[in-house]
Parts: sequence; C-alpha cells; structure tokens
Amino acid sequence: MFVRWSAAIATIALFVSPAFVQGAGAADKPTDPQIAHIAYTAGVIDINAAKQALKKAKNKDVKAFAQDMVRDHEAVNKQALALVKKLKVTPEDNDTSRTLTKQANDKLAELSKLKGADFDKAYVDNEVAYHKAVDSALETQLIPSADNAELKGLLQTGLKIFQGHEQHAEHVAAELK
Amino acid sequence: MPGRLLAMIAIVLASMLVQARAATVQISMENLEISPAEVSAKVGDTIEWVNKDVFAHTATANNGDFDVSLPAKKSATFVVKKKGAVEYYCRYHPNMKATLKVEP
Repeated sequence: MFVRWSAAIATIALFVSPAFVQGAGAADKPTDPQIAHIAYTAGVIDINAAKQALKKAKNKDVKAFAQDMVRDHEAVNKQALALVKKLKVTPEDNDTSRTLTKQANDKLAELSKLKGADFDKAYVDNEVAYHKAVDSALETQLIPSADNAELKGLLQTGLKIFQGHEQHAEHVAAELK
Repeated sequence: MPGRLLAMIAIVLASMLVQARAATVQISMENLEISPAEVSAKVGDTIEWVNKDVFAHTATANNGDFDVSLPAKKSATFVVKKKGAVEYYCRYHPNMKATLKVEP
C-alpha cells in the first residue's frame, strides 16, 4: 500500500512532498495512530506557514487567506485532538510526519528570505501545491487506510476543507497575477 | 367609529396575510456541504443559513446580491428582494456551492 502511495504522490511531490515518498516502505499501510499524527502534523505545518505569512505578507487578500488557514486548521486539529482522546488513541510519530516537518521547516527558511510581493506569491503558490499534495495523500492513502469510522469521517471532512483551501488559494494566486 | 374599527381589523388582517405569505427557508451548512443545494423561494421570503460546522462559512452570491457571514455554529438570515436564480458559494471554501431560485 505504501508503495502505491509513494507512486501516487511522487507525481506531485516535486514541490513539497518528497516526505510522503520517504516515509514509505516501513509498513504495509499507515496505522490509525500514525494517520492521526500525519493529519495533525499536516495541519500544524499549514498553521505555521500562515503565521509566517501574517507577519510578512503585504497583500490584504494574502493576509486574509492566511488568517482563514489559521482559523480552519486550528478548528480541524481541535476536533482531531478531541477524537483521539475519545478513542484513546495516542498519535504515533513516524517517518512521514518527520519528513513533512523537516521539509516544512526548510520551506519556512526559504520563504523567510523573501519580501513583499515576492513573498506573497511564493507563499500562495506553495499553499496551492501543498494543499494539492495533502488532498492526494488523504484521498488515495490516508482515508482508505483508516480503520476507525470516526477517524475516517474526520479525514473526509478534512479533505473537503483542504480542497476548499486549494481552490481559495488558486483564486488568490490568480488575483496576484 | 365602526368605520375606524373596520379599518383596524383590515390592517390586522392584512398584516397577518403578509406574515402568512413571507416564509422562512432554511438551508444548512454541514460538513462543508450546503443542503439543499438548490432551493426555491419567493420575493419577500427570509433565507436562513444554519452553519452546523466548527468552521466559519459565507453565503456569497456570484452576482454580488448578498454576502452573508456565517461564523462557526451560527445562523444568519437574508430577505430576498428580487426574482431570479442566484448561484452562491462560500468564500473560504469555494467548493461549497448552491443555487437560490427566487420566484416573484
């Protein structure tokens, strides 16, 4: 399963997500505690990116978008924490989460060197690519691999949120041009 | 005097009639879905969007007729003033789309 996942992800991994590929190989498919950790990590990454944007972005639509990302992803992650508590599941760190985090930190460092309109464009372009990568991972691997019905349901809601953000980011990107 | 009484009764009846005709149409937003996705209403009706999600949404008309803000777990209303079919969406999650058909 992980092998198929990496194949699916590899095509869109050029921008952001070799993480999904490098995390592959260890097990057949991610377990629920691993899935919960990956999903939560994906949210934290986007919140951190948005917080950087709130400090650096110049364009008001970009700032508003970043604000939306913080609000939505904090809401999703709050639900995720409540669910793992209810299910008595301890999210389990894993290679995919670790690599995602490392890459996100590299991206933050890269974006920190940019200013003004250059930063705005780079941030929004990365948001489009990042959400695409996460959507694909959710759709093709995380959701099908989830055993618990409630976890699956939350991931499905998460997918719709992420797809919405992807379209929103595309609109903002189009406005910047 | 009876004339005044009659006039008052007429006013009361008329206002009751108006109230009876202006309906409230409820539309829910839950799990990033607008339901029903297509709804009919009449001019003067109140549209009430009920946001059951923990996420903020908006009901934003493509043609600019309305832009209703729906904080998490809140409702908001809009009274339709003109006929025609209006497509609307959520500005935060543009994959949420629906249509409001307003008849005269």
